[in-house]
Amino acid sequence: MIKRSFTLSQKRSLLGILFILPWLLGFLFLFLSPFLQSIQFSFSELKVAPNGYDLSFIGLDNYHHAIRIDPNFNRILTESVTEMVYNVPMILFFSLFAATLLNSKFKGRALARAIFFLPVILASGAIEEAQSAGLIQLTGSSQIAQELGEQQNGFDPMILVSILGNSGIPLGFIEYIVTAVNRIYEIIRSSGVQILIFLAALQSVPSTMYEVAKMEGATAYESFWKITFPMVSPLILTNVIYTIIDSFADSQVTQYIYETAFTSQNFGLSAAMAWMYTIVVSIILVVVGFVISKRVFYYN
Amino acid sequence: MSAKIPENEAVLLRYQRARNKGSEVLWSIFRYILILGISFVILLPVLKQISVAFKDPLDIYDPTIYMIPVNYTMENIRLAMNVLDYWPLLQNTMLFVISTTLLATASCALAGYGFARFTFPGSNVLFALVIMTILIPSSTLMVPMYLHFREFDVLGLVKLFTGKDGVNLLNTYWPSLITSGLAIGLKAGLFIYIFRQFFRGLPKEIEESALIDGAGGLRTFFTIMLPNAIPPIITVLLFSFVWQYNDTFYTSLFMSDSNLMAVKIASFPADVNQFLPRLLGIEGTEARADPNHVSMIVDTGILLAIAPLIILYLFVQRNFVESVERTGVVG
Repeated sequence: MIKRSFTLSQKRSLLGILFILPWLLGFLFLFLSPFLQSIQFSFSELKVAPNGYDLSFIGLDNYHHAIRIDPNFNRILTESVTEMVYNVPMILFFSLFAATLLNSKFKGRALARAIFFLPVILASGAIEEAQSAGLIQLTGSSQIAQELGEQQNGFDPMILVSILGNSGIPLGFIEYIVTAVNRIYEIIRSSGVQILIFLAALQSVPSTMYEVAKMEGATAYESFWKITFPMVSPLILTNVIYTIIDSFADSQVTQYIYETAFTSQNFGLSAAMAWMYTIVVSIILVVVGFVISKRVFYYN
Repeated sequence: MSAKIPENEAVLLRYQRARNKGSEVLWSIFRYILILGISFVILLPVLKQISVAFKDPLDIYDPTIYMIPVNYTMENIRLAMNVLDYWPLLQNTMLFVISTTLLATASCALAGYGFARFTFPGSNVLFALVIMTILIPSSTLMVPMYLHFREFDVLGLVKLFTGKDGVNLLNTYWPSLITSGLAIGLKAGLFIYIFRQFFRGLPKEIEESALIDGAGGLRTFFTIMLPNAIPPIITVLLFSFVWQYNDTFYTSLFMSDSNLMAVKIASFPADVNQFLPRLLGIEGTEARADPNHVSMIVDTGILLAIAPLIILYLFVQRNFVESVERTGVVG
């Protein structure tokens, strides 16, 4: 009897392995092996031969080259990281705000939702590239194209600066708000999925909680901070991680690593850069995840 | 005397009600302004492109025209379609995107179910590895993957049977088809996670009763679990479709010469510059195409590229939101 039940559970686990088999094969051959290879590449010089490639071990030279010799890598990496640090709070704040907005009942909510999620569909690197290329052709220089694009906003941020400055808000914070206002299109465009996740979280908050709060005399503002915010806080962690990964997925660094590999044909250097990039991203993710998960409130 | 207090209270009550009503009205006006503003920011580029697509080149230099053109024309669309070779391109792209989407959804559903309902040695470690595939930037794997598909040879089987070195799969659809089919393609980790979360939320009794009635594990999955998993299937299908359609990273890595929308649209401005003079019949002369006209065609081409997605979105946008809500990603 005991033996039989053992084989049954063994059968179950075999079946489970059968289900994940496609993924397992893919993982072993198309993730793990390239993953290990790329570590190897980053310590070697890679020369592409007509059939296959030749590797020669050169130690830490690639890393040294990327940090000390390459003129752009350091700059682009720090730029991407600072931009991410700038963008994540903005996107998070905006998406939570938009989700709360879309969660309340009003006429035309279905239409508003449809419009708010349009960026999920339209956010595409290729289209952006083509658009800016079109502008460059129009004006003949990328500098002017950028200025022209900024001018098209038709908004003078100095007004905002003077209003905020006169109301006594510290200068660093004003700068942040003004950047946020200037980048509003970029922020809205990259917060589609985050709004979707927050919206789903908001819908799962039991309405009885709000009823009790209302009876006890809590204002809408109070019930947002005392009920809504703690209840969606686990999803803040999810969204922060998603935003960080997403902002790195099509950042300049990725582009630069790609160019190093396929335009300058320096595969080893590119692998070293990719590895340093991965390490930086992982450190950020671990730190952020640790800090936020300490503060998150889990209802269940 | 005694009538005075209720009167006072009644006034107070009416005042409070009026105040509540007033703040409610104010809030809803404020909300509409916000929503309209954000919607405007989102829709403006699309509206501009639509306006440009139907605008006659005559209207470019007329400063009195803002959005609605005076002289309508279909010429821009015709030229852009000509440069893009639109219908064959769209057909090709659709074929590619739909097949990778279906493969990715199928393989991720299988893996998600496997991780949700079965415990086998190392299942937790393996799932942690799924999360790792989400977190590792794709640029890390780029070079080895490229070399891998340049000479595709699993365990040296090809060499064993034909004696030749691996097969060059670059510039075919195989790299994307293989990665999607093996649940390791574009954002596949995320899709596995979505399926796992959903299947874990389903009651176990459904499967148990199916097992008792004599259905095997595979049959239970296909006849009982999959029909119940419509929300995550829709979510994954939609996201996979959209991301695959817009993806430039993998397409330019593996298929830089292929006839795919994302690849073509990235090089579209250069193509327009090159081909427009010929289409306008001024090639070989001193005349050059007006750069404003070129940028008009580029905008029209971009609109043509996103048009299929927008049309699709008009039909499925309701599912888009609702299925994510019902998927249970939230926990």
